[in-house]
Amino acid sequence: MAEHDAPILEIENLSISFFTRLHEIPAVMDFSVTVRPGEAVGLVGESGCGKSTVALGVMRDLGVNGRIVGGTVRFKGRDLGTMSAAELRAIRGREIAMIYQEPMASLNPAMRVGRQLMEVPMIHEGISRTEARARALEVVGDVKLPDPERILDSYPHQLSGGQQQRIVIAMALMSKPSLLILDEPTTALDVTVEAAVVDLVKDLGRKYGTSMLFISHNLGLVLETCDRICVMYSGEAVETGSVRDVFDRMQHPYTQALFRSIPLPGTDKNAQPLKAIPGNFPLPHERPTGCNFGPRCDYFRAGQCDAGDIAMARIEGSDRHFTRCLRVAEIDWTAPLQKTGTVEATPPGKVVLRIENLRKYYEVAANALFGGGGATKVVKANESLSFEARESETLAIVGESGCGKSTLAKMLMGLETATDGAILLDNRNIEQTPIERRDTQTVADIQMVFQNPFDTLNPSMTVGRQIIRALEVFGIGATDRERRDEMLRLLDLVKLPREFAGRMPRQLSGGQKQRVGIARAFAGGARIVVADEPVSALDVSVQAAVTDLLMEIQRKQKTTLLFISHDLSIVRYLSDRVMVMYLGHVVELGTTDQVFAPPYHPYTEALLSAVPIADTRVKKTHIVLEGDVPSAMNPPPGCPFQTRCRWKPEVPGGLCEREVPAIRELAPGHQVKCHLSADALSCW
Amino acid sequence: MVTFILRRVGVMVLTAICLTFIVFFLTNLYPNLEKLAKTQGNFRMTDAEVESYLGRNGYLDPMLVKYGRWIGVWPGWVIEEEGATRGRCIEPGQPPEEAPRFCGILQGDWGFSTVFRKDVGVITGEKLALTGWLMLWVMVLMVPSALMLGVLAGMREGSRTDRTLSTFAITTTATPEYVSGVLFIAVFASSAVGLQWFKGTATGAVDKPTFENFFLPVLTIALYGMGYIARMTRASMAEVMTAQYIRTARLKGVSFPNIVLKHALRNALIAPFTVIMLQFPWLLNGVVIVETLFNYKGFGWTLVQAASNNDIELLLAVSVVSVVVVLVTQLISDIGYVYLNPRISVS
Repeated sequence: MAEHDAPILEIENLSISFFTRLHEIPAVMDFSVTVRPGEAVGLVGESGCGKSTVALGVMRDLGVNGRIVGGTVRFKGRDLGTMSAAELRAIRGREIAMIYQEPMASLNPAMRVGRQLMEVPMIHEGISRTEARARALEVVGDVKLPDPERILDSYPHQLSGGQQQRIVIAMALMSKPSLLILDEPTTALDVTVEAAVVDLVKDLGRKYGTSMLFISHNLGLVLETCDRICVMYSGEAVETGSVRDVFDRMQHPYTQALFRSIPLPGTDKNAQPLKAIPGNFPLPHERPTGCNFGPRCDYFRAGQCDAGDIAMARIEGSDRHFTRCLRVAEIDWTAPLQKTGTVEATPPGKVVLRIENLRKYYEVAANALFGGGGATKVVKANESLSFEARESETLAIVGESGCGKSTLAKMLMGLETATDGAILLDNRNIEQTPIERRDTQTVADIQMVFQNPFDTLNPSMTVGRQIIRALEVFGIGATDRERRDEMLRLLDLVKLPREFAGRMPRQLSGGQKQRVGIARAFAGGARIVVADEPVSALDVSVQAAVTDLLMEIQRKQKTTLLFISHDLSIVRYLSDRVMVMYLGHVVELGTTDQVFAPPYHPYTEALLSAVPIADTRVKKTHIVLEGDVPSAMNPPPGCPFQTRCRWKPEVPGGLCEREVPAIRELAPGHQVKCHLSADALSCW
Repeated sequence: MVTFILRRVGVMVLTAICLTFIVFFLTNLYPNLEKLAKTQGNFRMTDAEVESYLGRNGYLDPMLVKYGRWIGVWPGWVIEEEGATRGRCIEPGQPPEEAPRFCGILQGDWGFSTVFRKDVGVITGEKLALTGWLMLWVMVLMVPSALMLGVLAGMREGSRTDRTLSTFAITTTATPEYVSGVLFIAVFASSAVGLQWFKGTATGAVDKPTFENFFLPVLTIALYGMGYIARMTRASMAEVMTAQYIRTARLKGVSFPNIVLKHALRNALIAPFTVIMLQFPWLLNGVVIVETLFNYKGFGWTLVQAASNNDIELLLAVSVVSVVVVLVTQLISDIGYVYLNPRISVS
């Protein structure tokens, strides 16, 4: 028995550095963690904090430049650092397996799924092809993929994202490893798919007794999956302990700041604004002496915190709870968050944008690549959307990928023209006017903030130049001088220092780039801003700052904000009204309170239950949607959601399969597209 | 798949017609015809004589009519003069009644070469066979060694092997055939100081190719083309080796040779495959130098002869062959691409 209780993985004082021609760049310093049999340990931190490097360090796959410069990694008592290449190969895949962030990229595109799976036991256990195939069939069944035989014979690109991730998981489980390293396994997936995958991983972990090292930036997800958690900041572990201890009795200022920067249920943009962590993440060669978090810490005390290296200290009376903070004892951890000042909610004004029965159908050739011929198919991207948006109102549009929210944004912008229906901007029809024929004022009125700030700025133009260019296009300012002043004013508006005008986009961090994107969008005094997932590519601590900036500008300029997102926590925090879309239909529309409280539409219910919430007090019903979102090219008859709806049996006479439900008003301003009776809907 | 190939063949025929018409138009411009008349008749012809010669031989008819005749969809010209009937389709000594109305490429009549005094069809066939043989051996030597070079260099980017092999590849591509060819002859074949392993001329290879008389021309062409393919393969391989699925394979415990052979190779070959296919048309015309240098009377040598002697029919035939070779290799390249890359399907 004693042997079984011994830790599976012991990382002690691990330090990893990357070597360039000139410098040694420390990526991980003095990192320790222990994973016991059957235990799931979460590794949390922002991008660049070294969490993935730890995972690759365990696998001893650091590339040509990376090297372990100190400490040991022991796996089942054997030192991984001293193993030969052959010994390592025997462990990789068989004893330690890894699940990756992007399933499509981690599967070989030119190899059938079956062969990729069978390879694992064939290498490690030397079993025959037939045996390996039988094993693959069994594991593919275990990860709940339908029709395993067909799946094994397909290529990765023929599967959906969720199915690909299940294959990656199946591949990791082929030789029944004792340790599973999951590197952001669900970041690239939709929330409902994420919920299903997380569920699966937990079940399989239990079934096979596998220990897990779960790397994520999503605190909610870690709470749902892990027993223990380790918070990393700038290459160091700053706090480790059981999930309960760290979530409820956090003992490090960074952990606290992290929790305060994510929206939890109940937070509200007016009553309790999010508190962003001030400053920026230090680059590896800019780390301060002493506490790395010092410069951004509210509790920082000069002379004490920046004196020298700080060791991990044990918290008395806890189960292996450590923190890297000298002032643990002096800080009152229970002190409530100092209110940063509540803001007066701005009442929505007149209607500026009205959408009536808007439809967008695409005709696609059945065979697009080789010139088609044959039948064309119709993709119904948007089906009779009707809603209105008022001045200084935030309307959130939520839904999974493929629900038609981006098509709607494109039609608003004029990148696509509508098939049917109307878009009225100040009672002017604009749905048939493509962007190149819109007048300057209309273009300046409706602007967009894009999802990925890294791709949307021209890499060879200075920040100031890009904003001035937008001003020129919108015809603002008579002279270059005036435009330059206006540009500097915009930089002030988005809280960037004025000297950034002369910088190149590559010199900016993600959050700063997004601020430039916002400045550009507001350059022409936009009245409607379509924000397409504006913060999803940013780190948690930066998200809060960018969101608050958007809110602040909105309050000042009375902008109408259409906030497209799949992140329901942030939607709940900042929006006034919410529109839920599924397969091109609006299934629910109402104020935030109405949508986030029962009665729900069945899809909203599933969506809400899928969102991981980083709060130990929240208990939620667990609904896992089966299968994938149906293709818009071949939507199910009747209600679009009927194929995955758990309430379908409640509706008599198979109505769901025959008719698209009509829009019903449950309460003033709260509409739902569902056949369920009002009684059935409100019985939650 | 069948409809895809049929459609591609249709497109190919259309392209071939357009391209050959352009060549036909250019070779049948008046200055060319004038030169032809003077070489066929005599160099001191007056303008009027040239005119009458060309008229008598159907050269002054409209361009489309001439093109139609050449293709074989327009009846050949027939002229009665001095009691005898002459015609494009009438062989000397053949009674006019027995001669066919059409005689063009479609009927298998490629015309008559004014330089070699032989049927163009026969010449092209012979020369193409000779050059085909040369190309086959070039490919046999060049493709596998280039791929091997590229894969070995690309699998560990920046390593010593990579740098050595890359330098070699760049050197071979940077050395033109007329330099390397001369060098090889000097080193391996010259009777004064050379090693005398091989023969400096490939004339004998026309009748009886042996390793001794054939290896040098093959090596000269292969080396030049090899560097290019090797560079492409190396770049493609190096990129594939940094892909995430290679990391997946590595962390599955797959050994390095198997990673290269089973996981990387197929993905890495997609890009160079097109380049290899493009080498065929290049080889067909690129052999000119080597064939001249080693005195191997193949297709390239014929091309030079035809061009310098204004042999219109032969030139046309040569260009038709080139066009067809280009198009066929592109078709093969597209089909092979589909096979290598499962993400593209044609069904």
